[in-house]
Amino acid sequence: MYEKIKFVPSGDSGLILEVGNEISKDINKKIRALGYCIEEKKLDEIIEIIPTYTTILIIYDSIKSSYKELVEKLNDIEKSINNIKLPPAEVIHIPTLYGGDYGMDLENVAKHNGLTRDEVIDIHSSPNYLVYMLGFTPGFTYLGGMSEKISTPRLEIPREKIPAGSVGIAGSQTGIYPIDSPGGWQIIGRTPLKLFDPERNPSVLLKAGQYLKFEPVNEEEYHTICKKIIEDKYDIKKTILKGEE
Amino acid sequence: MSSLRVNNPGLLTTIQDDGRIGYEKYGMPTAGAMDILSLQLGNILVGNDRYEAAAEITFIGPEIEFYENLIIAITGADISPTINGKEIEMYSTVYINKGDILRFGTLKKGCRAYLAVSGGFDLPQIMNSKSTYLRGKLGGVEGRKLKKGDILQVNINKGYKYLGVRRIPKNFIPYYGSQYTVRVIMGPEDYRFTGKGIETFLNSEYTLSNQCDRMGYRLNGPKIEHRNGADIISGGITLGAIQVPGHGEPIIMMADRQTTGGYTKIANVISVDIPYLAQLKAGDRVRFQQINIEEAQTLLKEREEKLLKLVYDFEKTTKKVIVKNSINLKIRSNGKKFNVGIQEIE
Repeated sequence: MYEKIKFVPSGDSGLILEVGNEISKDINKKIRALGYCIEEKKLDEIIEIIPTYTTILIIYDSIKSSYKELVEKLNDIEKSINNIKLPPAEVIHIPTLYGGDYGMDLENVAKHNGLTRDEVIDIHSSPNYLVYMLGFTPGFTYLGGMSEKISTPRLEIPREKIPAGSVGIAGSQTGIYPIDSPGGWQIIGRTPLKLFDPERNPSVLLKAGQYLKFEPVNEEEYHTICKKIIEDKYDIKKTILKGEE
Repeated sequence: MSSLRVNNPGLLTTIQDDGRIGYEKYGMPTAGAMDILSLQLGNILVGNDRYEAAAEITFIGPEIEFYENLIIAITGADISPTINGKEIEMYSTVYINKGDILRFGTLKKGCRAYLAVSGGFDLPQIMNSKSTYLRGKLGGVEGRKLKKGDILQVNINKGYKYLGVRRIPKNFIPYYGSQYTVRVIMGPEDYRFTGKGIETFLNSEYTLSNQCDRMGYRLNGPKIEHRNGADIISGGITLGAIQVPGHGEPIIMMADRQTTGGYTKIANVISVDIPYLAQLKAGDRVRFQQINIEEAQTLLKEREEKLLKLVYDFEKTTKKVIVKNSINLKIRSNGKKFNVGIQEIE
């Protein structure tokens, strides 16, 4: 993490706040605090705040505020961030049906790592995964915190279509496909939750700075949840992260 | 009630406004008009909000049959538009009668034209926008380009029946050539390139490859040298960002770009030059010229002031008529039947 954040222009309508140059929880925490403080100020010229691994990209209306003016305002905000108490981090629980037709590569992952299928499920569903950022496709989360014990390389030949909700592993990363898309991840399960639904408000389920926890469910529970989601009766389980982030 | 029918869709006709603003933090690309200036000029001509959705027409124009009397305007690329076979003026309000047919011909200049209609298209907003995002299959008409037989509704009630003839002044009409010097602000990762690499970038001519679409433009030309690899930790990507992957040839990120990416960005095209870039096509050539951020922001401010003045002048000089009520009467005279429309105006 840098001593002091760096400001870098990204064209005439974008401003990057660079907080560090590595992927780390501390940097993410600072980004979250900064993003929160900037949002709270409700600056009229700010159009959007996009947090990523090491930066925040701010899209702004330069007619309302020049680059220099905005940097000054953001500098003032940075000075005040140590006094800010962040709201506690949320954990979003993701019901997941592992293996079978829903997770056809669970066996691969187990074999590759010399584990049983149940051990893979156990290891994968234990941690709280931090959502570092969203990007790539609508609703795709970049997660941190997967155990190296289950890391598995991507498939050699990507599949043409992976259904939305599929939970996969690629190297030492895990993630969920928000929409049907081609892909080469090792698919170990599927969640009935809709990470992205353009008709819903908000259309995207998860936010940067939240944590995810995969909760194994059986096939019957999976279908019950599916039904409830269709009927708009499913309440997503959210808890507050206990202990230190 | 239907307003117009797409008899032939053309090559790639999509509905676009100023895009989905405020959803990039969820990974949602903005989409929106490639040439935001032509979109605004079109809407100003028909009395709409400047960022109302219009049809973005690419290379080959559609054939459109109108089912109602409407006011339209065509801006952007010159694709020889005609009404019932007669050439029509671009950058001007055009009064359409029920039954008229709009066709396009030869592509003369640019590559993206905009068809704005008074009142705007009556389409659902998804994430505050009517823009079509093709890869995400959402927005516009069912998330796709227009196809034969599509019927579109126009918000007639929001539109005007008469607002005079508005013409964009000559000095405001953009000129599109096949070569363009694009002004850029260096960075955010220009420090990741060697001095020689920066020199190459700023002193070479690049050609637009066949891989140019709404998402981005891949350019061919001299390779730009990195200091130490082309990969960075994934970060946000702004409109007009110029990425240079490992192969050394630049890619300019356009309206449908993904929100984040992991390639070094050497520079960013300034906002006022994006519309000109949006009118270039495969085989056209660009050069890059560095300017500073203050100049770029002044240019953007000047453009905004000119647009505001244009709106102000039109509002002042052209009389607008909003229809409050209309009655259709059937009259017989000398054994002949007549349909007579009477409109109560404000």
